[in-house]
Amino acid sequence: MNIHEYQAKQIFAKYNVPVPKGKVAFSVEEAVENAKELGGKIWVVKAQIHAGGRGLGGGVKLAKSIDEVRELATEILGMTLVTHQTGPEGKLVQKIYIEEGADIADELYLGVVLDRAKEMPVIMASTEGGMDIEKVASETPEKIIKVAVDPTIGFQGFHGRKLAFGLGLPKEQVGKFIKFAAALYRVYMENDASLIEINPLVKTGAGDFIALDGKMGFDDSALGRHPDIEAMRDISEEDPAEREAGEFGLSYVKLDGNVGCMVNGAGLAMGTMDTINYVGGTPANFLDVGGTASAETVAKGFEIILRDPNVKSIFVNIFGGIVRCDRIANGILEATKLVDVHVPVVVRLDGTNAPEAAQILKNANIENVITATDLGDGAKKAVAAAKGE
Amino acid sequence: MSILVDKDTKVIVQGFTGKEGTFHAGQCIDYGTQIVGGVTPNKGGQVHLGKPVFNTVGEAVKATGATVSMIFVPPAFVGDAVMEAADAGIELAVIITEGAPVRDMMMAKSYAVKSGMKTIGPNCPGVITAEECKIGIMPGMVFKKGNVGLISKSGTLTYEGANQVCNVGYGITTAVGIGGDPIIGLSYIQLLTMFEADPQTEAIVMIGEIGGDLEIQAAEFIKNNVSKPVVAFIAGQTAPKGKRMGHAGAIISGSAGTAAEKMAALEAAGVAVVKSPAEIGKKVKEVLSK
Ligand SMILES: Nc1ncnc2c1ncn2[C@@H]1O[C@H](COP(=O)(O)OP(=O)(O)OP(=O)(O)O)[C@@H](O)[C@H]1O
Ligand SMILES: [Mg+2]
Repeated sequence: MNIHEYQAKQIFAKYNVPVPKGKVAFSVEEAVENAKELGGKIWVVKAQIHAGGRGLGGGVKLAKSIDEVRELATEILGMTLVTHQTGPEGKLVQKIYIEEGADIADELYLGVVLDRAKEMPVIMASTEGGMDIEKVASETPEKIIKVAVDPTIGFQGFHGRKLAFGLGLPKEQVGKFIKFAAALYRVYMENDASLIEINPLVKTGAGDFIALDGKMGFDDSALGRHPDIEAMRDISEEDPAEREAGEFGLSYVKLDGNVGCMVNGAGLAMGTMDTINYVGGTPANFLDVGGTASAETVAKGFEIILRDPNVKSIFVNIFGGIVRCDRIANGILEATKLVDVHVPVVVRLDGTNAPEAAQILKNANIENVITATDLGDGAKKAVAAAKGE
Repeated sequence: MSILVDKDTKVIVQGFTGKEGTFHAGQCIDYGTQIVGGVTPNKGGQVHLGKPVFNTVGEAVKATGATVSMIFVPPAFVGDAVMEAADAGIELAVIITEGAPVRDMMMAKSYAVKSGMKTIGPNCPGVITAEECKIGIMPGMVFKKGNVGLISKSGTLTYEGANQVCNVGYGITTAVGIGGDPIIGLSYIQLLTMFEADPQTEAIVMIGEIGGDLEIQAAEFIKNNVSKPVVAFIAGQTAPKGKRMGHAGAIISGSAGTAAEKMAALEAAGVAVVKSPAEIGKKVKEVLSK
């Protein structure tokens, strides 16, 4: 689960990670009120969406007067922000953050993420903060300092010194930076975060460090023990079809092709999409029905897939392990009664009780249902059906 | 021969009396696995599925001589269960449970390594040595005995791969589902090493997925250390480019973990890479009849 910048900054503040003063707004009026309340002479109006690259996309702008705050809030609220991380369809801006303008002397980068190979969190820091850290990583990797922290010993002074001296900070700033990094490590561990990124981490004219941006992602499996973070979920940032599928234990992602897919297991679901592509077709979606597909979930799956007008055929590919194929076959029969399945459905059922399942489908003799013997055969038939062959 | 487990392996089940544990332990017993007991705190002294129940792993190990534990406890308690197994001297923990918090697994894995206990999973189908010992939730009848080792991140692709190998007339020595979580136990490199050393195994099927860089590391390892033919499939060539939040993940692994990158690395290491899982069987036949 991801959260917004303003929420990440709320969490930072709790751990004494310094952040600029700011307030979230849902309307232009509220934005103006917030700016007045914050005071000062410079404000920053920042689009709150679950994606990076907002600055380059026109979602972060500086205001030098209250009138300008009003203008910018009007412009940004309700805009569809397209950045390199949103995909071409962009994201609708429904909230903005009004923040006091910071006095920026230098922009650094600081992040914490799991290093899967080392199996521990790694803190990454760079003097090259600002907008494009991935470019820094690929072109001048020596400018990114990485310090892995063994979670069984926790953040020690030496971790901090490796970071601070690695960045070449002047000695009066070393202590401040170590404190900042230590606090951020605590934020990561204690909240079961999967990602924290501060870009830029700003050094002010007065020589203090402050988090100007904040991105946080969390381990979904650990949300159960963090009700405060669970409460920060913004469902308007999630795709409605994906969310609806999730409520039925299905995992769905829409794609651009015309062959709908219903598969058990994420790996086989991706493998099925790859096979459709391999035999010359295009998958319309990823859909994992999970380990316990019932008539109801299969029906829901058909319903969600068929909402996409591009879908010209559906490939049901189930390798029954614990799930028995005869049950799935009955589920498919039930589903065709519950939902109007108006495109050809190619069914491949393999594994436990596959022969019984084949018999059930054969006996039912439904017009739209075509059976397949294996994965390759099923993909070919589904692609042919989508082409009207 | 085989790797990791065989017909003599003694297995206990943590989370034995729960719904999942009961069902799958029963299936394993039917398959012929030597399930010698189980652990459920506060139910010690009972008999379940005809086997003794213990309060602690330590007691179970002492009474039964088990060396392997199959873990079905709920996600929030998995970390604790794995560490208990390590503390009790278990040699291999097979963690089936899905949804264990990453932080817990990070700690548990670290302790397991320190204690010399191997782990498989979490969130995996388990390990099976065909027609000898099934420790996990895979459909046993798919795995016929043979000469091909199989390693897979994905559960259902493990079954698909094994099924194809068997359909072209070969069979499986041992198949291991390593799971696709951020922190996993045994991974490609350790298992490739074991299969390379196993005289029965003549070819290896390796099934990967997008994300992370385990397959890239495996490719590097295969180039220098594996003489047996390897057939690989990477799922997710057509997966949409994930909408992302930050950049840190890509920076740390130095790659975006795309299928294309992984397939290129494996090909460069001399691996026979297939573009569709439907081609696994055919390719295995090809490399084995050379
Ligand atoms: N409070 C502020 N005061 C002054 N300048 C600011 C402030 N907040 C942001 N900026 C400027 O705007 C730029 C972009 O802001 P920010 O990093 O929050 O958005 P972003 O584009 O989403 O970043 P990323 O590309 O890392 O995702 C910053 O690098 C900084 O120069
Ligand atoms: Mg930024």
